[in-house]
Amino acid sequence: MPTLHTVNKSPYERSSLESCLDHVAEGDSVLMFEDAVVGARRGGKFIATLKAERPSCALYVLGPDLAARGIKPADIAEGISVVDYGGFVDLAVANARVCAWL
Amino acid sequence: MRFGIVVNEGPYTRQASDSAYLFAKAALAKGHEIFRVFFYHDGVNNGTRFTVPPQDDRNLQRLWSELAETHKLDLVVCIAAAQRRGILDANEAKRQGKDGDNIAPGFRISGLGQLIEAGIQADRLVVFGD
Repeated sequence: MPTLHTVNKSPYERSSLESCLDHVAEGDSVLMFEDAVVGARRGGKFIATLKAERPSCALYVLGPDLAARGIKPADIAEGISVVDYGGFVDLAVANARVCAWL
Repeated sequence: MRFGIVVNEGPYTRQASDSAYLFAKAALAKGHEIFRVFFYHDGVNNGTRFTVPPQDDRNLQRLWSELAETHKLDLVVCIAAAQRRGILDANEAKRQGKDGDNIAPGFRISGLGQLIEAGIQADRLVVFGD
């Protein structure tokens, strides 16, 4: 029964991404969107945490929100997949529930 | 699949209304059903028809109203949150002794029971906002 965790606030502003990572289980997915997309930047402070804490959970970032902030897919850390809104919907369908970390 | 959507932020403050709208559109485009969109907290401000953004900006209230019209969506505004923020339909305006109402087309005012029901009836409840 995997869960899709969504994080929408920047990890530099709120602790929601860190709280989320403390609770994800193996097989879960995490989607960063809105201001949270900055957490996915290559070389960013949170990338090491994202990878080290949960190597078994899949990481996603919303492409349109990256583009809106001038972040190119090439600037995203390895191992994080870029999805569009349709991909967001598919993730919600593929997981048993959606948990928004607000 | 049947979705329930919750919007907790007002329009033009942060991004929740835009994100929820684009998610809803993408879900409908994939053939999914939206059981209800529930506007809570500052999210109730999406439901006033007196919204008049500049012409070169998106009109989120109108976008929601049009999506509701096209796909027969149930857009519900939380009554307690709405009263605090001056969002009234004709019945509430009369009951509160106000001289007008401002609820937008396609929106209706109801209670938290509608959110609980959306949580039970929908396969997935997706929350946007703060």
